[in-house]
Amino acid sequence: MTDSGSVTDNGSWLIKGVTIPASGKPSGKPSEKQGDVPTSILLSGGSITAIGPDLDHPGARTIDADGLIALPGLVDLHTHLREPGREDAETVETGTAAAALGGYTAVHAMANTDPVADTAGVVEQVWRLGRAAGHCDVQPVGAVTVGLNGARLAELGTMADSAARVRVFSDDGRCVSDPLLMRRALEYVKAFDGVIAQHAQDPRLTEGAQLNEGEMSARLGLAGWPAVAEEAVIARDCLLAAHVGSALHVCHVSTAGSAEIIRWAKSKGWQVTAEVTPHHLLLTDELAAGYDPVFKVNPPLRTEADVAGLRRALADGTIDCVATDHAPHPVEAKESEWAEAAFGMTGLETALRVVQRAMVDTGLLDWAGVADRMSVRPARIGRLTGHGIPLAPGAPGHVTLYDPAAPAEAVTTAGASKSRNTPFAGMELPGRVVATFLRGVPTVLDGKLA
Amino acid sequence: MKRHLISAADLSRADAVLILDTAEELASLADRPIKKLPTLRGRTVVNLFYEDSTRTRISFEAAAKRLSADVINFSAKGSSVAKGESLKDTALTLEAMGADAVVIRHGASGAAHRLAGWVQGSVLNAGDGTHEHPTQALLDAFTIRRRLKGTGARGAALDGLRVTIVGDVLHSRVARSNVLLLSTLGAEVTLAAPPTLLPLAVGSWPCAVSYDLDSELPKSDVVMMLRVQQERMTAAYFPSVREYSRRYGLDAARMARLPGHAIVMHPGPMNRGVEIAAEVADSVRSTIVEQVANGVTTRMAALYLLLGGMEFPATGVDQ
Amino acid sequence: MCAASSPVAGRDGLAVLDAEQIRRALTRIAHEILERTHGGDGIILLGIPTRGVPLARRLAARIGEFERLDVPCGSLDVTMHRDDLRLHPARALGRTDMPPGGVDGKTVVLVDDVLYSGRTVRAALDALNDLGRPRAVQLAVLVDRGHRELPIRADYVGKNLPTSPREVVHVLLTEVDGQDGVTISGEGRRP
Repeated sequence: MTDSGSVTDNGSWLIKGVTIPASGKPSGKPSEKQGDVPTSILLSGGSITAIGPDLDHPGARTIDADGLIALPGLVDLHTHLREPGREDAETVETGTAAAALGGYTAVHAMANTDPVADTAGVVEQVWRLGRAAGHCDVQPVGAVTVGLNGARLAELGTMADSAARVRVFSDDGRCVSDPLLMRRALEYVKAFDGVIAQHAQDPRLTEGAQLNEGEMSARLGLAGWPAVAEEAVIARDCLLAAHVGSALHVCHVSTAGSAEIIRWAKSKGWQVTAEVTPHHLLLTDELAAGYDPVFKVNPPLRTEADVAGLRRALADGTIDCVATDHAPHPVEAKESEWAEAAFGMTGLETALRVVQRAMVDTGLLDWAGVADRMSVRPARIGRLTGHGIPLAPGAPGHVTLYDPAAPAEAVTTAGASKSRNTPFAGMELPGRVVATFLRGVPTVLDGKLA
Repeated sequence: MKRHLISAADLSRADAVLILDTAEELASLADRPIKKLPTLRGRTVVNLFYEDSTRTRISFEAAAKRLSADVINFSAKGSSVAKGESLKDTALTLEAMGADAVVIRHGASGAAHRLAGWVQGSVLNAGDGTHEHPTQALLDAFTIRRRLKGTGARGAALDGLRVTIVGDVLHSRVARSNVLLLSTLGAEVTLAAPPTLLPLAVGSWPCAVSYDLDSELPKSDVVMMLRVQQERMTAAYFPSVREYSRRYGLDAARMARLPGHAIVMHPGPMNRGVEIAAEVADSVRSTIVEQVANGVTTRMAALYLLLGGMEFPATGVDQ
Repeated sequence: MCAASSPVAGRDGLAVLDAEQIRRALTRIAHEILERTHGGDGIILLGIPTRGVPLARRLAARIGEFERLDVPCGSLDVTMHRDDLRLHPARALGRTDMPPGGVDGKTVVLVDDVLYSGRTVRAALDALNDLGRPRAVQLAVLVDRGHRELPIRADYVGKNLPTSPREVVHVLLTEVDGQDGVTISGEGRRP
């Protein structure tokens, strides 16, 4: 990576020799596909001003992107930034820094903070913290119910009208289990093109649940979290969304059965979208054998059959996007007996590498597909204008440069996130995020915060 | 190869027979004028009991003391644990005190696994949540072998014996350890319980399953009754204690349908009148009292072998 | 007893005692025991597992032939009393079989195959101590190979065998190994 800048710095960047993945048969190797010829991207004034093979722009700083691919800046529909309230685990500053290192230019910050983001005041606070940190755009998610207690609707309209312009509402962490309340929420958000993002978990079927209900939970003596507790709620919510003509988004789909139900709902033309986490695309409940709570997450890791079903669903678009559900926790919350430990895994910094391992290197999805699932669709579902726009002249300058051929390296717990609870620690993953641009300005260069 | 005893699955068949044979030798200690051996002199065994269990703790304490080890009892009530000290910090304290072995009983499945990662000494699992209780399975196997194969049955396993375990298998660490150990020792195990008290994945376990206790009784050499907690009723595992007792309780009439040589076991404490009738508990078939004495000798064997540097699995199929 | 009188090739070692020589040594020891215990009055033979046990039985049988005396015979496992638990991993226990009548007030003759450092015998004395209070304790061994580390000596010896610590003495007995013989292997000793 060379910086052959001139004396004057006019804030322009010229990315030379990069490949922009085009759709085609999945092969995973950009250079082998027709239409994937190395080209250059010129970023200026916050936008992509030109794309072409022999671009030149005096005064622009250049990046030698030979061998790299360029994706539209990634958009995460599901992140926990923990601020306000749990700054010991993460802050907006550290969480967005981690996001940028993972290639993200926008993240949706979930509402289960302390205080809960159920008012315009809290969502605007989070939004402002994001702007101040400047590592990526922060789009706050508003709670569906006051205090996440599942009893009364929060002021969804006021949050939508606030400076934070909330469109995605979720009680994530908890399930909106009351069917009447879920119906009302789905109906109410139609007024401002909102979407309800459901954490599907029947509370009665999962009281005290610790791990996927199956052979592992039986052997380890841990209370089971049955797949049906997720699938039954998804089925009900799809029917409700269809009945009232509203939009449902399903958070962190974790079972093959859930994917089947979503496929059925979509086949009926209903407005149902869904996300899957990187860890559910790669890991299974067998990892719980040593009772290390770094593998404890909600919804839990499941079986090989579920991993296979989720991968297929993401490949064929039944599941629309990858969302990290980045859930940082302080050391002591993960260093105890399994039952005492907190649920959750970090994921922002490793997401793209995990997706490469699980989807691209297995031939299930090509890089154009990755751009669709990790940028275009999440932005569309989040109603996030200005993000998730395919790279073309005139598009906003949100670009992620990635090296798919970087030698596989073991994941370390060091990173920008304040927390260390990554389930991939010690695992060799391919690829490397080389640079991230937010509105034409680099937030990450050469794999480090700019 | 682990220097701990956390799960019955840690033991190969030869390991288990070695422990039973060692226990058989140690059993004669009770008849000697000096009921003590110097073998673990100078070693420190810590009993780390987060759950109230006087019976098991005393058993381990007696076992360690009869081998001349120093015993330190650490019970959770009124200690730093009650003030919120984490398991990890407690483990580090024990390390600093130089514990050669830690016997841990804890309410969370996996606590023994976690502890093993934080201490240098050996960890003996005395019951972790609903996961396992390997020394209970060992003393049960020892009891079965003594009763049904005689006290001279050195080198013998439990091949061909049919054991029926009855009760709340889902929440029972005793059941899990016994299924593993008994099948390792060649016994045929059947679980008898209502479907709600069996794990969904029980089909992958090395045992048979029956919902009908009465059909299993005439074929059983051993019937092992598990304690049923009344609280399970409120979580809808069964409609009433009365119905549970009627369908799965071992009363005198059912006991009469057992083969003549069959024995009745219970890990204790019993709910007399629920899973087991008083007259059954007090009958000659019942091994409940000798299970207690056998507990001390099998725990002595386990302590001796572990602290003597054995790592499980230690022996191959036929050594 | 087997008729062969030629040296037995043991486990790649030099034979130092054959079956016939073993037989004669045991006969001699049996007579010596009778001499020094006033005709075997109040004696118990306790073999130390593994091979001390069949040796004790053979001695008891011999004594019984000579004096028509029923000598109580048993075994004493010393594993739990050894002083080297921290150096070697825990071993399987041998059988401890006390003849009826116990050891109180008796003359216990411990029987073992090889006497070397003396630590096994020390452990046996400790174990015996916890079982009761013999009137006296004596020691009979088939082979004394020297190199004592403790002040222990045998009362009855089948053969004195000077060895170097680098050598290994193998005792084979029909009851355990299918044949009788004593061999020695190691530097300087070629079959």
